[in-house]
Amino acid sequence: MDWMKHKKIYFAISGIVLLISIFALIKWNLRLGIDFTGGTTFDYKFSKVTEETQIEGVFKDSGIAIESIDVDSRGVFEVKAPPISSETKNKLDGLLKNFDKDYVELKYEVVGPSIGPELVKKTVTALVISASVILLWVAYQFKNIKYGLSAVLAMLHDSIVLLGAFSLMGHFMKVEVDFLFVTAMLTILSFSVHDTIVVFDRIREVNRKTGGNLVDIANIAVTQTMVRSLNNSFTIIFMLVALALLGGDTIKWFAVALLIGTVSGTYSSPFVAVPLLVTFDQLKVERSKLIFKK
Amino acid sequence: MRKSTSIRNTFIIVILSVLGIILCLPKELPIKINYKNIKLEGKIVRPSLDLKFLGMDFKRDLNLSLGLDLAGGSHLVFEADTSSISDERKKESVEGVRDIIERRVNLFGVSEPTVQTSSYQDKMRVIVELPGIKDTASAIGLIGKTAQLQFAQVGENDNEGLILTDLTGADLKEARVEFDQKTSKPVVAITFTDEGAKKFEDLTGKNVGKPLPIILDNNVISAPVVEDKISGGSAIISGNFTTEEAKSLSIQLNAGALPVPVNLVEQKTVEASLGADSVAKSIKAGVVGLSMVLLFMFVIYGKLGLIADTALIVFGVLTLSIYKLIPITLTLPGIAGFLLSVGMAVDSNILIFERFKEEIRIRPFADALEVSFGRAWDSIRDANIATLATSFILANPLDWKFLHVSGPVRGFAITLALGIVISLFTGIFVSRNLLRVFVKESSKNQVKSN
Repeated sequence: MDWMKHKKIYFAISGIVLLISIFALIKWNLRLGIDFTGGTTFDYKFSKVTEETQIEGVFKDSGIAIESIDVDSRGVFEVKAPPISSETKNKLDGLLKNFDKDYVELKYEVVGPSIGPELVKKTVTALVISASVILLWVAYQFKNIKYGLSAVLAMLHDSIVLLGAFSLMGHFMKVEVDFLFVTAMLTILSFSVHDTIVVFDRIREVNRKTGGNLVDIANIAVTQTMVRSLNNSFTIIFMLVALALLGGDTIKWFAVALLIGTVSGTYSSPFVAVPLLVTFDQLKVERSKLIFKK
Repeated sequence: MRKSTSIRNTFIIVILSVLGIILCLPKELPIKINYKNIKLEGKIVRPSLDLKFLGMDFKRDLNLSLGLDLAGGSHLVFEADTSSISDERKKESVEGVRDIIERRVNLFGVSEPTVQTSSYQDKMRVIVELPGIKDTASAIGLIGKTAQLQFAQVGENDNEGLILTDLTGADLKEARVEFDQKTSKPVVAITFTDEGAKKFEDLTGKNVGKPLPIILDNNVISAPVVEDKISGGSAIISGNFTTEEAKSLSIQLNAGALPVPVNLVEQKTVEASLGADSVAKSIKAGVVGLSMVLLFMFVIYGKLGLIADTALIVFGVLTLSIYKLIPITLTLPGIAGFLLSVGMAVDSNILIFERFKEEIRIRPFADALEVSFGRAWDSIRDANIATLATSFILANPLDWKFLHVSGPVRGFAITLALGIVISLFTGIFVSRNLLRVFVKESSKNQVKSN
């Protein structure tokens, strides 16, 4: 199949998705969770029927300014507030006990404002190191920097798509980005490259066996690896859909992040990385033509 | 020749799997069989591991250890306020903070607490993890207390009150409960550092016959009377202690004082029931996801798929066994890492089978099988090395300061990395040998008839 003939369509699709992602990121940014911004999250379960306003009252009495309060289908109240001191927490615990002596504190998280920037810096460092290592490894393995560059650009593509998707979901569905999201993003980088390497590997093998120009080789390689790529993604998607639907609230958005990344990663290997590789190759050919004319 | 090696390898696989299954069993497995006239009741009790090898002790209770998010507990991060301390003494003082916090944490009797330091740029932190703790508020209170432990003198006149001395908690090396050999009553034995011993000698010399109150946080916790000048840096506090009282005093003395004040900057507390809920849900999701993968492989690849499924189950059993042997503390992201590595484990098989479909068109069955393994191996290796490199950076085994040293990212990376390594083994060794032994003969006819 002549996959590379429609190169421009793939670039257009990716271009549009990237534009939407970047637009969303600029306009709405990401809805950052307390891991980044600092703050407090409380999850409570009460033994009696409770209204949100009652909880608000208890918090107000403790001197805590509530940012949001939500109640889920299981009757678990989640309250968000700025970071509080342990004295304030003790006061709150006492007042809650008065309100309902059998209440259960399911989760309590307080993150100081100094943690977030550090988390971002360390994550960016991890990203830069991973990307460089992968770039070098792929370039070394395929004896050509073009391969490394295409793989890393495809990886970047997947990261932006994932960030954009969460920016949109943050704006429309109030989905927050937390520490687990960072983990998901780093995983997607390796998945994206994993998939790309399998295609590149086939390109190298076909080239060794039959040779010919890169466009034809790429077409053969993409055709031969397409079924494998889809089947493999299906198995991962099965796992992730099960996790997203059944894995509970904590892990739900983590699974969704991985899911988006897997779909994007599967698409980007044959339709971003390989077309990029072919384009880089053609650029080189055209440039050398120019030199000939002179 | 090749066939006999394959059969031998298949035996190895079977033995490994059986060992793995034994390791994976829960501690006790009740069995009830009620079939026609046969009635059997009892339970299988899994043994613990206790090996001694070349003087090395290898002991494992073989229970899966769960992280705070699954077992419930508290994750606390304290930041040391080192502003009043010179740069060269900063590291030392933070290590002092860690040691004292460690001692304080041990007072709670929680199982497997961890206390570690983390420094990033100019921030010095101590990370404390307390699995299964109930009363977090009092834990934070005790752990984070700067608490000045000081020895005081009683003034000459009544109105003078207590005079604080320069002998402090920093001079105290250790306090422990001992029993008097004559009266067999509990006493508290204290040891001072070299510097502390000199101060103590001086102080006791000046206060013979007088009480020497010990003050923690402005409260007198004990006021033993000095019998004689004490040199050598060790002393005994005796009195009409009950064992409990003696223990409590030694704890207070040990908890001592932090060399610098600390602030709680992060706290994450998960109630045990929420953790248990996460575990139950992850298991359910895992079982459903895995069944779908197994079914999918069978539908797409038929008999070959069954072999892949077997290899996948062996993969699961071995991975779980290795978690128990190392042991790995499993967290929620860790479970996700495991499930993702299941995906990668299947991928090795898919790569091989897709290759096999191509090769079978141009070669006889046996050759096609071997060639597929050989060719697919290149892709599997290259792709997995890239993933391994990423998980190495995320797991940060060398504790590089500029990367994450704890938390969910690390838990995830470790299970992912282990999963990849084990999947390379099961994808290549297990699938390959099982295919050689079980598929070879029966499929020959099928291929010929094509």
